[in-house]
Amino acid sequence: MSVDRSRLPGPGPEPHIRFPEIAKQTLPNGLRVWTVEHRGLPVIALMALVPAGASSDPFDRPGLAALTGDMLDEGAGGRSALELQEALGRIGASLDTEVGPDATMLTLAMISRFTDRGLALLADILMRPALDEREFARLRELRVNRLVQLRDVPPSLADRAFSRLLFGAHPYAHLPMGTEPSLRAMTHDEVCAFHRRAYDPRRTTIVAVGDACHDELFQAVATAFAGWPAGPAAEVDAAVPSHVAPVVGSRVAIVARPGAPQSELRIGQVGAERRTPDYHALLVLNTLLGGQFVSRINMKLREQRGYTYGARTTFDFRRGPGPFLLQTSVQTQATAAAVREAFDELSAIRDARPATADEAALARASLTRGFPRSFETSEQVARALAQLVLYELPDDSFEQFVPRVNATSEDEVTRVANAYLRPAEMVTVIVGDADVVAPALQSEGFPEPQLVTVE
Amino acid sequence: MDIAFTRRVLDNGLNVIVHEDHRCPIVAVNIWYHVGSKNEQPGRTGFAHLFEHLMFEGSEHYDKGYFHPLQEAGGLINGSTNADRTNYWEVVPTNALEIALWMDSDRMGYLLPALTQAKFENQREVVLNERRQNYENRPYGLAPVVILGALFPADHPYHWLSIGVPADLRAASLDEVRHFFESYYHPRNASVALAGDIDQASALELARRYFGDICPGPEVSPVHPVAARLASEVRLLLEDRVELPRLYISWHTPGLFRKGDAEMDLLADVLTSGKSSRLYRALVYEQRIATEVAAIQNSREAAGFFQVIATAAPGRTLNDLRRAIDEELARLVAEGPTTDELERAQVQFEAQFVFGLESVGGFGGKSDQLNAYNVFLGDPGWFARDLARYREATTEGLRAAAARYLDPAERVIASVVPRGRPELAVSDSTPVVPS
Repeated sequence: MSVDRSRLPGPGPEPHIRFPEIAKQTLPNGLRVWTVEHRGLPVIALMALVPAGASSDPFDRPGLAALTGDMLDEGAGGRSALELQEALGRIGASLDTEVGPDATMLTLAMISRFTDRGLALLADILMRPALDEREFARLRELRVNRLVQLRDVPPSLADRAFSRLLFGAHPYAHLPMGTEPSLRAMTHDEVCAFHRRAYDPRRTTIVAVGDACHDELFQAVATAFAGWPAGPAAEVDAAVPSHVAPVVGSRVAIVARPGAPQSELRIGQVGAERRTPDYHALLVLNTLLGGQFVSRINMKLREQRGYTYGARTTFDFRRGPGPFLLQTSVQTQATAAAVREAFDELSAIRDARPATADEAALARASLTRGFPRSFETSEQVARALAQLVLYELPDDSFEQFVPRVNATSEDEVTRVANAYLRPAEMVTVIVGDADVVAPALQSEGFPEPQLVTVE
Repeated sequence: MDIAFTRRVLDNGLNVIVHEDHRCPIVAVNIWYHVGSKNEQPGRTGFAHLFEHLMFEGSEHYDKGYFHPLQEAGGLINGSTNADRTNYWEVVPTNALEIALWMDSDRMGYLLPALTQAKFENQREVVLNERRQNYENRPYGLAPVVILGALFPADHPYHWLSIGVPADLRAASLDEVRHFFESYYHPRNASVALAGDIDQASALELARRYFGDICPGPEVSPVHPVAARLASEVRLLLEDRVELPRLYISWHTPGLFRKGDAEMDLLADVLTSGKSSRLYRALVYEQRIATEVAAIQNSREAAGFFQVIATAAPGRTLNDLRRAIDEELARLVAEGPTTDELERAQVQFEAQFVFGLESVGGFGGKSDQLNAYNVFLGDPGWFARDLARYREATTEGLRAAAARYLDPAERVIASVVPRGRPELAVSDSTPVVPS
């Protein structure tokens, strides 16, 4: 049978999607344990979620949560930093510590024959870190040096300037890595105090996903973590501020990078929190606006204009309202035109050219049909569960995803575009050649850009 | 660790590999063309990668961007080009397999009728922007240009990067690009791997139906460059917009899957994987003269090169780093790694290997790996033997490989320093300006 090349084949019947079945239990010390059986390969993914991230940093100590997270495996449970690293190496496990705005997540993926050894090490790391003073001094120096290096990395400069301009004095105003002055002033005692305050079994959840049954997974976690004593109850809850004073009037800022061949761009505003009832509609909006290759913004800036290697938009959903942002890197000469076109697209989706039925259908299809592949590997499943924990989402969130997205009409997209996108209040950050970019922006009708530095 | 598969060679020479995995309702479609920047000519570089872009811009029977129908079907789409091969892949829901096969076969068989001057020029601009973003405007981004340029002579196909030289890209004509397609992008030079929620018989039948009628294309002669050697140590200096100086030391080593390749991989691990690794411990943890250090065996089809890369802590020079690295390497060559070090490196490789098998698609997933073994070794079922290369390595094997290949007299040392600070470089380095 030869191929009919006059048209593309249509999709076959939708495949059945199986979502992970989650078993939840709580240890007497308050530690929550969530397990999922994920068969196929001899692999286990463990994730520990502690709901304390960069937004829990004291106002004058940006970077404290991240440095504390980093200190956890610098010696623990009687092993020195090097011994602990060797013990992890012997089971082929690597520990990944991510400190985000709202949480610290530790991931340990390993071959399942090492599950008990891996859990024992993870328990040491969480419950019994040495928090040694000499290791602290060494790590702090490394982090300061890393920040020094990042002074020359345009995406990093752009992210830091954008967060600060957007959030002002809000806990989301700094990146988790903190700042050079803060790190230089940070003390060992502060790390110890932060650890005492934030790391407690009653606020922690362990997610275990892998090639074993629920009971085996649970028992293994329970054995490793049973001895973790709960701390003073009063210190347990750390609320995340959920309201942000809106920025009034748009601002354009340039971080100077003389002679740069490209400008690194960020344009955006405060968006929405993960628990917003508009979550699914915002996903559809973002997908067609700038969330995938065939979105309006990438097609305009990359495929039609050739200004960039790629452009995208994101609603960074967090416990509190996170940023909505457009990010791209465009050639220097095209910067002003790219900013103008980006703003045109951000405005047009609200009124002049609202989402069409076809665009909304494409975005819905892309989101819903692509959903099953987010549950392929054990680590993907563990990450999906961590979202439920962190944002306190209902158990049926995965099942609800497809119907909720499919219920988003193009009118609904237009409604959320008007409710959430406010181009007149957006902040623009450009890391680039100010001598070329600033005059060009003004001749495009933008206000005189403000020159800013990052530290 | 066996991955069950079936391979068929169609009449037009196309290799088709099928692997069943029903855990998730998705299928990976992964196509390798055995063409990379090593098939390019000096002065005509960047074609293979530019082609990767053009392959998404439409074909005779679907003359529009390729992303739309595949994203509408819920697919994930990407491609990449390196020195030796170009791959294109989709991960689609099971019910969209035919859409992916239709499109992949259309661009394999019928790309040129849809290739226009306008598309070519637009994607050339996109590629030049990719180069600006990932090389020119990135700290240390041009170091690889300088290093590969010195490791391999001008007529060796690893002399240039797959992103290409901007002047070559600007000088390229549509006719040359068409000729490049006709030479390399056809069934005889391709391998298709389908992995996931499919059954073998119908997957093979679908592959035959969609790809079976495409013309085989001309024979591609393999590229066998003369082995490159360094007569002496080469020291180069590159000034860049960076805060901290960085040292790159590079040596010639065996190519992918050759004897000694796995040993070099394991040595890289022993040297820089984790705090307790030799170079990290010495330079970053104990002496605190470096902020980071990494070692990597770059395994390519025709040759390999091993690199140690270290960034100096503030106040330190690259001479300090070079001296410390040389001391550690000399100790490794003299004593070899310990059994414990080797075992840790081996179990790390085993774990990484198993994690890779968790995904049917994407870079490094099962479909990509089946194609890698098939294209480079002619046997998709090389999983167990690949792992065995690492399991069977010995401490003496690692020591001997270090002694043979990490020769201080035959290497390229590149110092990347802040502008105006040449004194931070390794002494007696020659200033270079990347093209």
